[in-house]
Amino acid sequence: MTDEQAPRPQNSTLPLSALRAGETGTITEISGGHHLRSRMLTLGLTPGAGVTVLQNYGRGPLIVRVRDTRVALGRGEASKVFVRREA
Amino acid sequence: MSTSATAPETSVLPVVRERPILVALAGQPNVGKSTLFNLLTGLHQHVGNWPGKTVERKEGHFTFNGVSYRLVDLPGTYSLTANSPEELIAREFILRERPDVVVAVVDAATLERSLYLVAELLPLPVPVVVALNMMDVARQEGIQVEPEVLQAALGVPVVPMSATRGMGVPELLETVERMARGDLPYAPRLPQIRPDHREVLETIAERIAGYVPEMYPRDWVALKLLEGDAEVTRMMRAALPPERWEEVHAVLRAHDDAQVAVASGRYEWIGRMVRAAVTRPRVGQIGLTERLDRWATHPVWGLVILASILGLVFWLTYTVGAPIQGLLETYGVGTLAEAVRGWLSGAPAWLSGLLADGVIGGAGAVLTFLPILVIFFAAMAFLEDVGYMARAAYVMDGLMHLIGLHGKSFLPLFLGFGCNVPAILGSRVIDSRRARLLTILLAPLVPCTARMAVIVFLAPAFFGPAAPLVAWGLVLLSLGVLALTGMVLNRALFGGRRSAFIMELPLYHLPNWRTIGLSVWQRSLSFVRKAGTVILVVSVVIWALSTLPGGGAEASYLARLGKFLEPAGRLMGLDWRLTVALLSSFVAKENSIATLGVLFRAGEEGLAALLAATYPPATALAFLVVQVLFVPCVATVAAIRQETASWRWTVFSIGLLLVVSLLAGAVTFHVASRLMPHPG
Repeated sequence: MTDEQAPRPQNSTLPLSALRAGETGTITEISGGHHLRSRMLTLGLTPGAGVTVLQNYGRGPLIVRVRDTRVALGRGEASKVFVRREA
Repeated sequence: MSTSATAPETSVLPVVRERPILVALAGQPNVGKSTLFNLLTGLHQHVGNWPGKTVERKEGHFTFNGVSYRLVDLPGTYSLTANSPEELIAREFILRERPDVVVAVVDAATLERSLYLVAELLPLPVPVVVALNMMDVARQEGIQVEPEVLQAALGVPVVPMSATRGMGVPELLETVERMARGDLPYAPRLPQIRPDHREVLETIAERIAGYVPEMYPRDWVALKLLEGDAEVTRMMRAALPPERWEEVHAVLRAHDDAQVAVASGRYEWIGRMVRAAVTRPRVGQIGLTERLDRWATHPVWGLVILASILGLVFWLTYTVGAPIQGLLETYGVGTLAEAVRGWLSGAPAWLSGLLADGVIGGAGAVLTFLPILVIFFAAMAFLEDVGYMARAAYVMDGLMHLIGLHGKSFLPLFLGFGCNVPAILGSRVIDSRRARLLTILLAPLVPCTARMAVIVFLAPAFFGPAAPLVAWGLVLLSLGVLALTGMVLNRALFGGRRSAFIMELPLYHLPNWRTIGLSVWQRSLSFVRKAGTVILVVSVVIWALSTLPGGGAEASYLARLGKFLEPAGRLMGLDWRLTVALLSSFVAKENSIATLGVLFRAGEEGLAALLAATYPPATALAFLVVQVLFVPCVATVAAIRQETASWRWTVFSIGLLLVVSLLAGAVTFHVASRLMPHPG
């Protein structure tokens, strides 16, 4: 259902934008430029953190919950966060 | 007696025993920092800008228990890494001014995230008191936090409170006072970098030892270097001998992922604090915010809700604000100008003209828009305060992408429908400089109430029953031009890149009327101040140009200028009178009508008929098109200069709108001449 091609071949990690609403993952890596990375880290998107997707309509921005905070992020930004899907 | 928290009163006795305690208020956005600031200082606050920056600086003073305090509100930031001017300002203030105490406001309901700033504050050489705010909200959300445990874990004083209910504020101030006097133990437990980077951090700290500028702690500088902080990197490159810098730089390059290790270390530290202090975490229940957001952030319903809210704001503006504006214009400005003419009937004509037409007719007319602005300011402050603004930005993100912006630019642009000035000031919410600049350049293309007033007056005169259609067409045209200009500028100036969209969606909460009221008050005050200075001067200048050297409006310098520019006006079918009307709209958009009134020597009723008889529809349409897209009024230009802090961009903006409006006017005139030949 997503338009993203996961740039990482490992089958266990996938971009955050590929998680459906209600699914939870653990962040494994944050890519992207220094500045964007810094802003995501500051808002609590760090490797090891659990993240739940609250809204993802397959296009447009997403809403996720991370560290008890609701964060909206663009699809482009969300595709730079890699997660391991949790059951 | 001054134990009341809600009204920290100024003592009657002049207490001159010592200098006031300097307190810096730090906190992330949406933790209730402004509420606390307003509660403590009330109207004893001064709003300005940080030197050389377009970031708002709020400072206030108050007295409590006979002790006077100076309170500086640091910009709300998520961290203290130099990602934005706000973050830089906050940490530079602490390092340079060395306040006696930093009060770090954290939100008990989102403790994990809001402690991040505390993790950044503790390594700085200033004592920190943690204000554990929103205890009431946390309780409602089913979260239980133990302040004493948090205090023991952090090693710094923690005061539970609720700024919205005024709870815990006296205790906070007592703690601040004791901390400032050195009466409290202070042994903060600092966050550590992730273990795999400890060694490299030590290496850097050693290498830079002895070269760090005095006011900066060495270990802090080492950490910021590892984080890749641009400002600290620049500072140390200048401070270190070249070979030493090369050495440090090589280490840094080999660890360019250290940024993650530093942030992870802070969150690991936070995790320990939270695990200790939060005895009952959020239960799995679906809260109010989640329920509201099912609608408010839905791709379809979210837009419907946004459109309804904005429709309501418009409705309020036009049913309440516009009539008041009209009354002020007729009875306030009109009567006052008449009265001045009456009083000064014996004085020289230029004096009564200067006061009645220049000062009152110019700056006074701009001031009549205040009621409309107050409605807009109040609506925006309300939506911001309850937490809706972030949702509006979220649902508009997709559409804003089309013009190279993201969701956060939508609300400033929407403010432009009221007046372009607050739109440009409102662009401060946008965190990327590029997106902010683009928003500022596009804001004047939003048709403001003053422009709409001209259209509403002229369209019926020229087009009779088709007037509403023409008016709507002009609004759509402006927005179309805005979108097109946005796409082109984004590609031409910024290579089509977009700034990142990432923002917190705060919890919804009940409005705090004090915060809203103070925000409206301050914004109105700053608008009035502007009308009293820049706008006043330009009004007088334009008035002088339209009267001097004497011999009536037709012989004035302004008319000569209009005649000189007539060949350019002809391209759009405009004669010199319409050209002059356009030029005079630079003071205030609705001046166009007043100027035409002067040039045709007619009152408002007669003018409409006279204009319709004089100009063919193609000319009329072209004039309206240019009018709606033309260079913004002087107040807007002043705001652009202030917010971009650059004459280059201000001139660029004027030139851009000049080209766009003249081009659109010329095209309109030539197309319309073919389609609508002059009936006479």
